[in-house]
Amino acid sequence: MSTPLILLILAIIAIVCYVVGTRHALAIAGGLSSKLHSRPGYYGSFVAICAVLPAAIVLAAWLIASPLYINSTIRGGFPEDVKARSEAEQGLAFGMVNSLARGMDILTLDEIDRVGSNPAELRSALGAKGVALAGDPEPYMVESAGDLNAMNKISNRVMTAVVLIVALIGAGLSYTRISHRFRARNRVERVILGALVVASSIAIITTIGIVMSMLTEAGHFFGRVPAWEFFFGTVWDPRFAAAGASASEGQFGLIPLLLGTLYIGFVAMLVAVPVGLFSAIYMSEYASPKLRSIAKPLLEVLAGIPTIVYGFFALTTVGPFLRDLSSSINGIATGDFANFIQAQSVLTAGFVMGIMLIPYVSSLSDDIITAVPRALRDGSLGLGATKSETIKKVVMPAALPGVVGALLMTASRAIGETMIVVLAAGVAARMQLNPFEPMTTVTVKIVSQLTGDLEFTSPQTLVAFALGITLFVITLCLNIYALFIVRKYREQYE
Amino acid sequence: MTDVVSSPAGVLAKPARRDIGIKRRYAAERRFRAYGIAALSFGLLFLALLLWSVVSKGYTAFQQTMITVPVEFSEQIIDKDNERATDPQKLVTANYPLIARNAVAKVLGVAETDRSGLRAVNQMISDGVRGQLRDMVVANPQIIGTTQTVSLLAAGDIDSAFKGQIDLSVSENNRKVSDQQVGWMNQLAESGALGKHFNTGIFVNGNSSRPEAAGVGVALIGSFYMMLIVLVLALPIGVAASIYLEEFAPKNKFTDLIEVNINNLAAVPSIVYGLLGLAVFINFMGLPRSASLVGGLVLTLMTLPTIIIATRAALKAVPPSIRAAALGLGASKMQTIFHHVLPLAMPGILTGTIIGLAHALGETAPLLLIGMVAFVANYPTTPMDPSTALPVQIYMWANEAERAFVERTSGAIIILLLFLVVMNVGAILLRRRFERRW
Repeated sequence: MSTPLILLILAIIAIVCYVVGTRHALAIAGGLSSKLHSRPGYYGSFVAICAVLPAAIVLAAWLIASPLYINSTIRGGFPEDVKARSEAEQGLAFGMVNSLARGMDILTLDEIDRVGSNPAELRSALGAKGVALAGDPEPYMVESAGDLNAMNKISNRVMTAVVLIVALIGAGLSYTRISHRFRARNRVERVILGALVVASSIAIITTIGIVMSMLTEAGHFFGRVPAWEFFFGTVWDPRFAAAGASASEGQFGLIPLLLGTLYIGFVAMLVAVPVGLFSAIYMSEYASPKLRSIAKPLLEVLAGIPTIVYGFFALTTVGPFLRDLSSSINGIATGDFANFIQAQSVLTAGFVMGIMLIPYVSSLSDDIITAVPRALRDGSLGLGATKSETIKKVVMPAALPGVVGALLMTASRAIGETMIVVLAAGVAARMQLNPFEPMTTVTVKIVSQLTGDLEFTSPQTLVAFALGITLFVITLCLNIYALFIVRKYREQYE
Repeated sequence: MTDVVSSPAGVLAKPARRDIGIKRRYAAERRFRAYGIAALSFGLLFLALLLWSVVSKGYTAFQQTMITVPVEFSEQIIDKDNERATDPQKLVTANYPLIARNAVAKVLGVAETDRSGLRAVNQMISDGVRGQLRDMVVANPQIIGTTQTVSLLAAGDIDSAFKGQIDLSVSENNRKVSDQQVGWMNQLAESGALGKHFNTGIFVNGNSSRPEAAGVGVALIGSFYMMLIVLVLALPIGVAASIYLEEFAPKNKFTDLIEVNINNLAAVPSIVYGLLGLAVFINFMGLPRSASLVGGLVLTLMTLPTIIIATRAALKAVPPSIRAAALGLGASKMQTIFHHVLPLAMPGILTGTIIGLAHALGETAPLLLIGMVAFVANYPTTPMDPSTALPVQIYMWANEAERAFVERTSGAIIILLLFLVVMNVGAILLRRRFERRW
């Protein structure tokens, strides 16, 4: 039976159990639910949970374990000369066996008879059914595929039987336990609490998943390329990823990418910090409530626009505008109409990213500035300071730690930003300081190394995970430090 | 002070106010205020500029130039030897562009011997007519041999030229439409055969390498599946996690760890989630690349922290008196929360969820890594089929060079932004309508 069908049956069992359990509990109490410890529905839920939960766990465990077991058995059954080959080739062979097995399931009996064991004919027969094979299958593969299908069939039957038996046993056992004094509610609530705990630990699991997946893949990468060559290399030239071509080891220097990331982030902050900060000050200290109620949401619209839209804006509007502008300026100044700003440049990407970051700076700082106690302002104004002096000398120093925290969070966003730089920063990994030239970033290279055909054994692909873990660690540090500062600051006024 | 010195008589001269720099300080005040206004205007100006640049480039994408001509479904061309009864492939592989070309050439009066003229005519019609006419014939083979009035897609360059997006003052060699074609275009437009129609294709078509036939249909379906998966997974998990953290969790190291974790996950760059999806869902679990299932899972993980943070705020806003009353009447803690607190917090939770979904809908970077950058022309039937997403489609079109694709890209962005506006307005209305002030 297919897995969705089993799940459907389990769902039906659950509903039946709920109804039967509820009725049974009511019957025991003689129709008076007040005689029961819990409300009747809890007895029904208890029976349903006892029936389905263990069965579902068995099902999940089986679905994970059985392919692992079957695959290792099939691979163990390969001829010796195949086993002697490299890991990648064995993987390929196993992939063929898998497609064969899938294809042989679709073929009808007389088609199998007609094909016999002629590999070439088998391939064309499967091709007609929409199962493409990479090459002509070897005889041992056909045999293995047959074994695979047989084992899968047996495993599926046993699994269906075991799951259904477990469900019925659970239902039966729990049904017999129903009585006046049985505390069904407490049991059910304990299960719900367990589910809540599981849900909240998903956050932890995600983090562990991120760290583990990146560390393993990055570990494979560092097995090929020494870590110091990656972290301190100044040349980024990964070459092309070609299967089995070990000669084309490129150079994977992080420094040019990191420099580009920081440079573009710096330009972005140069735009976002003054604009965002002054907007926040104006909105919190000067603007009338009416203006504030209009301007604040409008500014926050900037944060709701997807970054791909900013990227497109940079690519089609800002970049060409800056290029044409530079060419006119150059023309007026020197008579030579060559543009000195490239359409894809640090300036373009940084500027547009800065616009994207304005609302982050402004709304975070706005909250912090508003949180500065009124008394501080009144004291300063009472002593005769003007409003701007109060802001500069009293409010901002009080808000400074929080603002710095907000700026750090914004910076981490700038570093992790992807779509704007992919479209507007360029792909050339260069070490230079001219903001009018294209540079590239860590995120751009993650994208470019991982789009297209992938092969999970080449350093050209795996380097993306090393880049990813670097990015993750940098942004994590910035965020933790920012949270630390913000928390410390909050304590002062509470 | 200077006044005193400058009037030696000194008698009864009204002592001038000491210059304590009031003017200077007021000027500084005004300047400071002006900086604030300038900063705010700068931000709003660029918001307006951004929207204007997208809308002005993209609104034309919702209209498509069509050439409406009588098309003769000539048996000579489609099925010369009358084999369609025995060979169904015949109707599928027939030379339909030729029929379309002949039809337009006939209207324009181009002689059948004028080969360069015919070629120019052919360039005016989209290659998409092949599918269009084929579908007509396959659906109804009776029309072979008859003449039907059909609206044919004009080629992308003609479309651009007709919308005035191609600068016709440039020398003929440097643009993609010739003067002859422009002449024909105007001739057809005057006779009413060529005109702009509402472009349903952009909503229903799959991707295509020809801009005039490309649409976001597949991307919309893919995005829809992903949003469905995010909603079905992230909402219950997020609510369950928040309930535990807010109502049950004891104050200990473990819950502290979870809290710090969630705050950090909300700030992890989205591309890192893409790497996670690639390594775990595709490489380790063996789920298919380009499937909206994987995209949905990745976006779920990305959206969870947002939903958890919003839900916790909503739960916190329910006053303790509600809980105390329910507990006092004998409800268990679980009953209190599920029967009383949660329903009251629901508007806040849904608002947070919609905003989280809107973010997920516009997210591109993680989807690039799990193979959503795929040329998908066929509709996916299940979430396991290869598919693409609206923002990814925008990214792919943004990399195309043709002018007509700029228009399509902007059109797709307008569609995306409209969805986001609807979602956000919905969230705001929900909050206004149901939010309670305690």
